[in-house]
Amino acid sequence: MITVDRLTKTYGAYRAVDDVSFVCRPGAVTGFLGPNGAGKSTTMRIMAGLTPATSGSALIGGIRYTDIPNPGTQIGVLLDASAQHAGRTGREILALSALTMGLPMSRVDQMLELVSLTPDESKRRVKNYSLGMRQRLGIANALLGDPKILILDEPANGLDPAGIHWMRGLLRDYANRGGTVLLSSHLLHEIEVIADEIIVIGQGRIVAQGTKAELLQTAGTFVKATDASALANALTAAGITAVPSGDAGLRTDSDAATVGKAAAAAGVALVELRAADGSGLEEMFLQLTSSTQREAIIPEGATA
Amino acid sequence: MTTTATPVTIDVTRPAIPFSRLVMVELRKMFDTRAGRWLMISIAVLSILAAVVVILVADDNFITYSSFATAFGVPLGILLPVVAILSVTGEWSQRSGLVSFTLVPRRDAVINAKIVAAILVGIVSVVLAFVIGALGNVLGAAINGLSPVWDVSVTQLFTILFANILGLLLGFTLGALFRNTPAAIVGYFVYSFVLPGLFAVLAAFQDWFKDLQPWVDFNFSQSKLFDGNLTGEEWGQLGTSGLIWFVIPLALGIWLIRRSEVK
Repeated sequence: MITVDRLTKTYGAYRAVDDVSFVCRPGAVTGFLGPNGAGKSTTMRIMAGLTPATSGSALIGGIRYTDIPNPGTQIGVLLDASAQHAGRTGREILALSALTMGLPMSRVDQMLELVSLTPDESKRRVKNYSLGMRQRLGIANALLGDPKILILDEPANGLDPAGIHWMRGLLRDYANRGGTVLLSSHLLHEIEVIADEIIVIGQGRIVAQGTKAELLQTAGTFVKATDASALANALTAAGITAVPSGDAGLRTDSDAATVGKAAAAAGVALVELRAADGSGLEEMFLQLTSSTQREAIIPEGATA
Repeated sequence: MTTTATPVTIDVTRPAIPFSRLVMVELRKMFDTRAGRWLMISIAVLSILAAVVVILVADDNFITYSSFATAFGVPLGILLPVVAILSVTGEWSQRSGLVSFTLVPRRDAVINAKIVAAILVGIVSVVLAFVIGALGNVLGAAINGLSPVWDVSVTQLFTILFANILGLLLGFTLGALFRNTPAAIVGYFVYSFVLPGLFAVLAAFQDWFKDLQPWVDFNFSQSKLFDGNLTGEEWGQLGTSGLIWFVIPLALGIWLIRRSEVK
């Protein structure tokens, strides 16, 4: 159980983490979603005692990380897969961690096998590793002490689709056995695939949180006509508020029957009329993060 | 979903990581990279080279243990501080501190383990150099048909060891203070090669500084160590100058490490 309560971290006038509160419960994978620079990594560093919080608290099982004896055996942390001495071999990095935690060296081989790093690869220096291999090594390092809680910052970054699939299975299994998992990503897709519960953060603030089912819940109706402006006028005339969605479509909170009647009354031929699927979270994510995005992105979730 | 919903609790009664294990880890870290390993090898190789040079170039009456001690003192004096610097700065420049300080949140324990490990390496290196010097002395005397001259007392050997450990700790201090390899190494060379010259010039032209120098110039008071047999006043001077150049900066460096954000 991870409990983050009113956590704030400021750097001068800049609020990197702003009054953030959430809970990660055992048996579930909690996804921490937000664009780059949203405050995910800072929050996770505070959890692991590497960055002091300005105010608020981040407690693990009710106590501060720094008060946990031999924390590696209780909490697995991966904050940055590239933060390793480039001159050490993968195996040596795990061996150092095992030695620190007081684990037998056989555990190193088990973990290497678990993350599919071959004996040959494990003897190579980390500077010759791809990002995907570093992530696997980092995950092996986090799991080394057989912890009950995992905190992983962007673990899917650099993994290929097969690797992401593998990690999903690994974390799912881990959560099913009662483990607590918090993982972050700046990609909605990764979080959607892996997480049960989602926390969305933007500019240091929590902007949405709930179960995946809640957040991905059908959000209104998606409607599309060949003549988009005629459809927009018809809906406006019927008093229905709609917003552009995807490729020349519209999304509205009204139900399909109401929208269909309005279109029929105005004689607009529809090419699509259905429940908007999952567009809610993606549109929200893009809207919430639009001010921090460097490119203008047109949401297209509704066409998916 | 979860079938066994046993609440996850943190076991606070689990034994903490013993300090001896941290020292083991830090020792291993000094040898497990190519840079670290070669640094250690070069200390041994350069000590041997120093002995060979003495045998080759010294006149008969300079084939004495003190000549060998002076010769191997040079590589030790330069390399041991670098060993200490790398052990601290690597955690930041290579960013491995992110894992080290996550596994051991008590950063002062990690730093203390690094100090102990560096001192152990220093002691072994210096003793090794003593042995290489002794072998050189025996060999040099034999080649030149002389009987070996042992003109260094045991007390002097200990003082040489102590001086080398002090140099190593100074490197460690600079590493802790800058947490950046190039800055710490440059800092060390400025301190040990540029500063003495400046102080010497200052002492030559300013009488007030000439009297003050032994009390504030750590290099100056430390250099007495290599001559051996310090007087009480000289120990006092070592104390005050050491406080200024070593104790206070090291305390500041450790304080900064404990407070700083690890990224």
